[in-house]
Amino acid sequence: MTETDATFEASLDELGVSVTRTAASEVGAALDEAVREPAVGVAPEDEFTETSLPFTEAGVELDPTPAALDEARTGVSTADLGVADYGSLVLTQTDRGSELVTLFVEHHVVLVHEADIAPDMDTAVETLEATLNRTRGSVILATGPSATADMGALVRGAHGPESVHVIVIEEGT
Amino acid sequence: MASADELRELMRTEGAAVAQNTQGFNEGRYRSVADLSDYEELKSEARAIKEDAIERLPDLLDQLTDAVEENGGTVYIADDAADANDYIREVVADRDADRLVKSKSMTSEEIEVNDALEADGVDVVETDLGEWVLQVADEAPSHIVAPAIHKSRESIAELFNEVFDPDQPLETAEELTRFARGKLGEQIVDAEVGLTGANFVTADTGTMALVTSEGNARKTVAATDTHIAVAGVEKVIPTVGDLHPFVELIGRSGTGQDITSYVSLLTPPVDTPVVDFEDDETPLSEHDTDRDFHLVLIDNGRLAMREDEHLKETLYCIRCSACSNSCANFQSVGGHAFGGETYSGGIATGWEAGIEGLDVAAEFNDLCTGCSRCVNACPVGIDIPWINTVVRDRVNREDDRPAEWLVDGLTPDEEDKGAPLQKRFFGNFETVAKLGSATAPLSNWLADAGPSRWAMARFLDIDPRRELPTFERETFVDWAERRDSTVDDPDRRAVVYPDLYTNHVQVERGKATVKALEALGVDVTVPSVASSGRAPLSQGMVATAEDHAERVTEALAPHVADGRDVVVIEPSDHAMFQREYEKLLDEATFTELAENSYEVFEYVYGLVENGTDTDALPTVEDGRLAYHSHCQQRTLGLEAHTVAVLELCGYDVTTSDVECCGMAGSFGYKSDYYELSMDVGDRLRDQLEADGVEDRQVVASGTSCLEQIDALLERQPRHPIELLAE
Repeated sequence: MTETDATFEASLDELGVSVTRTAASEVGAALDEAVREPAVGVAPEDEFTETSLPFTEAGVELDPTPAALDEARTGVSTADLGVADYGSLVLTQTDRGSELVTLFVEHHVVLVHEADIAPDMDTAVETLEATLNRTRGSVILATGPSATADMGALVRGAHGPESVHVIVIEEGT
Repeated sequence: MASADELRELMRTEGAAVAQNTQGFNEGRYRSVADLSDYEELKSEARAIKEDAIERLPDLLDQLTDAVEENGGTVYIADDAADANDYIREVVADRDADRLVKSKSMTSEEIEVNDALEADGVDVVETDLGEWVLQVADEAPSHIVAPAIHKSRESIAELFNEVFDPDQPLETAEELTRFARGKLGEQIVDAEVGLTGANFVTADTGTMALVTSEGNARKTVAATDTHIAVAGVEKVIPTVGDLHPFVELIGRSGTGQDITSYVSLLTPPVDTPVVDFEDDETPLSEHDTDRDFHLVLIDNGRLAMREDEHLKETLYCIRCSACSNSCANFQSVGGHAFGGETYSGGIATGWEAGIEGLDVAAEFNDLCTGCSRCVNACPVGIDIPWINTVVRDRVNREDDRPAEWLVDGLTPDEEDKGAPLQKRFFGNFETVAKLGSATAPLSNWLADAGPSRWAMARFLDIDPRRELPTFERETFVDWAERRDSTVDDPDRRAVVYPDLYTNHVQVERGKATVKALEALGVDVTVPSVASSGRAPLSQGMVATAEDHAERVTEALAPHVADGRDVVVIEPSDHAMFQREYEKLLDEATFTELAENSYEVFEYVYGLVENGTDTDALPTVEDGRLAYHSHCQQRTLGLEAHTVAVLELCGYDVTTSDVECCGMAGSFGYKSDYYELSMDVGDRLRDQLEADGVEDRQVVASGTSCLEQIDALLERQPRHPIELLAE
């Protein structure tokens, strides 16, 4: 594990976010372990898996209807970037509804490639600047579960997910 | 201006919750920024970006407008609140919307858009849990980041149980949150329009940054098809890359979180499909993304602030709340007293003066004592006390000049239009002190005598519960003049600045300073020099302070030219020389004095560091001290020097960490503020009476702090320099 990976995991740990590391070929098993059913997800790009089979095998319904999303407990998505020193994940909004799947659920499972973990926020923002200038897209820099302290004490799970699990896909496997 | 009764009532009803929350945020800030190895660099970077952006604002607004329009959105620049509200009402009417959901936005509070929309029959729902609590309770925010900071969990539970009458009464924070989430969740997915603020907007791509934790801003945007964002025109920064220092600083500076859960970087209209959650047939990817976006940028006085030499800095503010949380007075009373129409805390004086007018700023501006603890806390380095001083000066000049008979002879000041009587009395305290010493002990008897105290209470609003300073017949300068130096072959030569209090009241600490420095081989002279101008400056009497600054530098300049160092005992005066004189003098004059003057323990520390024989320092076997450093001294980073020297002398030193003692010069003497001053002081008392501290000898550097501690404790505090001259 590189230093960046170790920092990333330590940051996630501090946020109360659990992590598993897996080979690309084992994503299905990692997902199976991480999701609470019913689970929905946004179809991953090919870069993550050859097929969407691991998702469906793990019981994750891809491209769900809004009603199915409303019923789901878990939302599975990918992150384009991780930020090691903060434990943040860059969730890019798509016309396939990734924003809905990552937000309107109680448990968020995120897949991120080891190679996409930036060492620090400075590097991450630099990457985002280039991306947003090219795509004019929208991203969420998400760090840990949603939270509030407005009701007199810190509570996880305000309007968004109350828990997050990260699956790091190792390189060269 | 809040009266003593109003402040007392606020402290009774809201004080405990406000104190607990703000102090928690403040401690969190110290912890969180300590993790940043490049904290100071990030602050400088953030400051530079804001300076540049405000400088180029008109161009950036054009560039931003082009970008948003290219993206398919609309930009509207509103002159004022009414203009903005008219536009927003039209958008909502065009959409034929019954409900608008909002995420937290101070700018939307500023324009009071809720009232405007509700008058049109639109259901407006606040979705930030804190804002929603206030909407249900029909109360105003008391803090710019955590609006319901003044409400305890118990009071929220009581409110919800009464208003909503749930099957099971709600009690824990968890239950309250879940209940609110459920209620609001239904309303969000049913709404047509989502209204958000924006923490930053980048001119290059039309991207807006929203800094949140709950996820309600994300839902507000995702679940509606029409997005209105309202933001002050000052929120524009040049590029997405410029967001970097702010992303690292904003959460840490405010609530002490390294980063909030969600920093949304939205380039609306967003790509997320618009869905009906009851649809059980159409997959997400087959819904269209037909969305409208309106960016409403609000001037409302900001462009005029940009042209105002002193208020301009306010526009750099990123609304993080660090100035509120680090403020001792705010920690006691919160934003319901320390705030205007919309904004609260130290920087609110700038916002309210610029947006609403001087009269609104005048309502709470006196609560800034100039302690300067917010200066280092501000992530964009705004000199918040200076903005408060300038506004106070303007308020003074707007007020009618009151009857002057009582203090006429005591007010040889430069204020052509006159500050209020009480401010002029405290502002001209040098004259009072001179007269006090000249006529002591008679002056002391008179001051304590019934009729005088009555007159002071009646005409100057000096609280009768305060002990008044006792003037010494022989001033520090007179004493020094009558003795010869004990140093034959000096290593260094210094001027000890005879500040107002050392000269007339606490003469002993002056004598101790001379003796301690002479023992270390320093030739000392104590010339007669005007008072620093701290007293008039704290009353907003800038012209008078400027006159003092000129007289002080004129008197000290020949000594400095002659190779003498300037040693300052009173930290608030040392801070004048180091900070405020920059605003009052030309650069060369300021620099000459600033570079050659030292706080007394900074000077002793420097002597020791530069090889002065420490045998001259008196040592003790097992002295145990509790040291309270002065607020302005800590802002200058000069607490450590005193501690280091005392430790060299063999003392075991523990330090207080309250932001201010609460006395703050004349503040604690004023009838309106006496109880607030004591409430702030209670936090220091608690620390000085804590286990392991309660039996320590107390030392403090500031005159005000010494007076306050004297009032708080049985133990008599001393200035630490007196320990070096024993």
